[in-house]
Amino acid sequence: MSSTLLTPPAPAAHASQPAKERTTYLTADYGWKSWLFTVDHKRIAILYLISIMVFFLIGGTFAILMRAELLTPKGDLFEAETYNKLFTMHGVVMIFFFLIPSIPAVLGNFLVPIMIGTKDLAFPKINLLSWYIYVVGGGATLYVAITGGVDTGWTFYAPYSSTYANTNVAAVAIAVFITGFSSILTGLNFIVTIHKMRAPGMTWFRMPLFLWAQYATSLIMMLGTPVLAITVLLLFAERAFHIGVFDPALGGDPVLFQHLFWFYSHPAVYIMILPGMGVVSEIIACFSKKRMFGYHFIAFSSLAIAIFGFVVWGHHMFVSGQSAYAGMVFSFLTMLVAIPSAVKVFNWIATLYKGQVSLETPMLYALGFIGLFTIGGVTGLFLAVMGLDRHVHDTYFVVAHFHYVMVGGMVMAFMGGIHFWWSKMFGRMYPEAMAQFAAVVIFVGFNFTFFPQFILGYMGMPRRYHQYNDEFTVLNVLSSAGATILGSGFLMSICYFIWSFKWGKQAPQNPWGAKGLEWEKAQSPPPTFNFEDGERIVVTEDAYAYTYEESHARTAPEVKK
Amino acid sequence: MTAQHTVPLKIYFGVFIALCVLTGLTVWTAKHDYGALNTPIALSIAGVKALLVIMFFMHVKYSSKLTQLFAFAGFFWLAILLVFTLQDFMTRGMLNVYFFKT
Amino acid sequence: MSDHAHSTFGLAHHFDDLEQQHETGTLGMWAFLLTEVLFFGGMFGAYAVYRWSYPLDFQAASARLDVDLGGINTIVLIFSSLTMALGVYAAQKGSKNGIIAGLLATMFFGAIFLVVKYFEYKEKWEHHLIPGPNFDFGHQGHAVIGHEQLYFALYFAMTGMHALHMVVGMVIMCWMIKKAHRGDFTPEHYPLVENFGLYWHFVDIVWIFLFPLLYLVGAHSGDHAGITH
Repeated sequence: MSSTLLTPPAPAAHASQPAKERTTYLTADYGWKSWLFTVDHKRIAILYLISIMVFFLIGGTFAILMRAELLTPKGDLFEAETYNKLFTMHGVVMIFFFLIPSIPAVLGNFLVPIMIGTKDLAFPKINLLSWYIYVVGGGATLYVAITGGVDTGWTFYAPYSSTYANTNVAAVAIAVFITGFSSILTGLNFIVTIHKMRAPGMTWFRMPLFLWAQYATSLIMMLGTPVLAITVLLLFAERAFHIGVFDPALGGDPVLFQHLFWFYSHPAVYIMILPGMGVVSEIIACFSKKRMFGYHFIAFSSLAIAIFGFVVWGHHMFVSGQSAYAGMVFSFLTMLVAIPSAVKVFNWIATLYKGQVSLETPMLYALGFIGLFTIGGVTGLFLAVMGLDRHVHDTYFVVAHFHYVMVGGMVMAFMGGIHFWWSKMFGRMYPEAMAQFAAVVIFVGFNFTFFPQFILGYMGMPRRYHQYNDEFTVLNVLSSAGATILGSGFLMSICYFIWSFKWGKQAPQNPWGAKGLEWEKAQSPPPTFNFEDGERIVVTEDAYAYTYEESHARTAPEVKK
Repeated sequence: MTAQHTVPLKIYFGVFIALCVLTGLTVWTAKHDYGALNTPIALSIAGVKALLVIMFFMHVKYSSKLTQLFAFAGFFWLAILLVFTLQDFMTRGMLNVYFFKT
Repeated sequence: MSDHAHSTFGLAHHFDDLEQQHETGTLGMWAFLLTEVLFFGGMFGAYAVYRWSYPLDFQAASARLDVDLGGINTIVLIFSSLTMALGVYAAQKGSKNGIIAGLLATMFFGAIFLVVKYFEYKEKWEHHLIPGPNFDFGHQGHAVIGHEQLYFALYFAMTGMHALHMVVGMVIMCWMIKKAHRGDFTPEHYPLVENFGLYWHFVDIVWIFLFPLLYLVGAHSGDHAGITH
């Protein structure tokens, strides 16, 4: 595909120079010091990729153990206390160490400077510091897991967590406190970079939608995470010094803990989904070979989700003793927050309509995202209705809802993004047929795992229980079987990705024929400073500026415009 | 940006005097009882002091719109936290619907 | 921040020009202060909820604080903000001695503030007002839960966190004085001074709100040393 940006074309020798014959960011320097002390945003992205995969495997192991216990109605595999620790650590690891950093820290770190047309993020050393903090927080959490774990649930509700729990709540509170700063610094870096370092000609409305999504995510990271930080610090103080701030015996109010906790943790779920939506926008545009329908709507809806997401947290607290009036306010606002998400789904579908849809692996994941996220989102609306929430609160209905948006949505978007940009990051193609097969396995496994849980929850099976009534057995067995399929799909992916490092096909600069600075101006993989030395990036086109020929090459090649 | 603009010294000293006067004012008003107005008065004086520091010591009056947006966004978000949390506590027991009375 | 490693007038490799580098650094500091507003804000939220719930207990607890000492400390901190602003002014004018004088004066006032705080905390310790097993407000004979402990928990949390931010600021100022002495700041390139100034003013603003909320609640109840309920 020829580049249509009006910059002087790169010398022909570079345009398709194989990675072996030039210096890329991967080969620029060798040795562990060059990696652990790097300030190159691309290397930091790879460091994050390795770390979050480790945590994904750990969190996944906890999940498999839980599903193994839930194969039978009796609590026969683990003690109740052990099971409590399993679901707590599963939640803590998956949320704080996998989902929240995943797309921002890996794909965001790698792509934001390139997509913007600059050499690095605004604060490269702070970027590295952010990864160090993540590793320290992660190490502290693993230490807690090994030395007995925590059994409060990832939500750490007082007064159990602050007064009555016998597990190491204080240590995990400090670990989460430390990790929060990793998030804050990444968000700060992205916001400042997007404001101040866009290439000439890259106006706000010429940016790829992935950048809009990252910007909105970074807003939430910066504004919400500090409140979590102070909340876990107060929890720690309560644990260590019994100051009484959440303890009713000393005058405190446990519901205050919930308010402060959910002020962050609800927007946190938008931290987890917005980058995924950004990835999906990129993939849909590329594999339909069409401009994004409703670009401005999608851009503004990202901001709307970020902002609205801050005023709905009380929907986690409908049965907590919160006032009925507050419940009504939060319920109404929660229904409003669904609107921008729906706007995105409609625009994606409108982009697909009459587009040149091709079903490579990233597209399979993006399509899966649209369907599964819609189901997850709509069941969120059920939960927003106070009367219905009363019935299904703390049941498997809620568990199914958030796994549909988190796994069916975010993890699929993450997989789609990794596949889409794999060639850009490593210069190798993954095996396409195998990847498509794995995507289908993951989709099937996912639905078998979590769809039965909607029914279980509605029938009344509570969450966080290691045993259940006999009438729930069939659906639980189905769910556990699905989990095995889901797990094997992920393992398959990890295997072929590792395979591709040595035996994958060498990737051209733009294997998908996509628009965007990372495809049109940067090599696969890029050099350390992203673009050819001295090349000045000037942007003169909108995002996704597919020509008429490109949009119709397959379906109507003979039609000339 | 702020680098180009030098705030004249007399503005700094003027703001300083104003801040000291306002501090004295807030201590003096605190020693009298105005009933329900005690807190609003104290917070208003504090708000004016903070505004003076932000506008002049931190140069926000002479800064770009972007800086001004950042400066006030934080307080806006804090207001969201305070308003939405307090609205729960302040309305407890207000709607005596039987369903919620458990 | 990337600029502190390049204060020898160097342009960092990923910026186009010094102006972009400076603007980026300042925006970064503002973004960081945004997060600090929310960080302290969580504690202000807890304070608001409990003060609204237990107004009389908060009044009684606050009456144990010395309003005049708190007022003097407030003036001290305002002085330190002035000297910080004057230090930035000196940097703009290229006066190395001005920068150092401004920073030294700011540190001086900051130190006075912290010393006064130390004496205040010591006095609380002596009167058993530190939350925990030794807390004793003096409710002899009262069977009710003393929410005064909540007030003091928040008092120590909020003023303690504020003092911690001041200590960090003092450490950074020592380092900045060393850099100023070395001649690292020019009228074209003094971002560290300016951005640190923003941080210091923010710390002052936090105290501007802490002072009325913690010290002046019970100031009108007449009896400052005794127990009123």
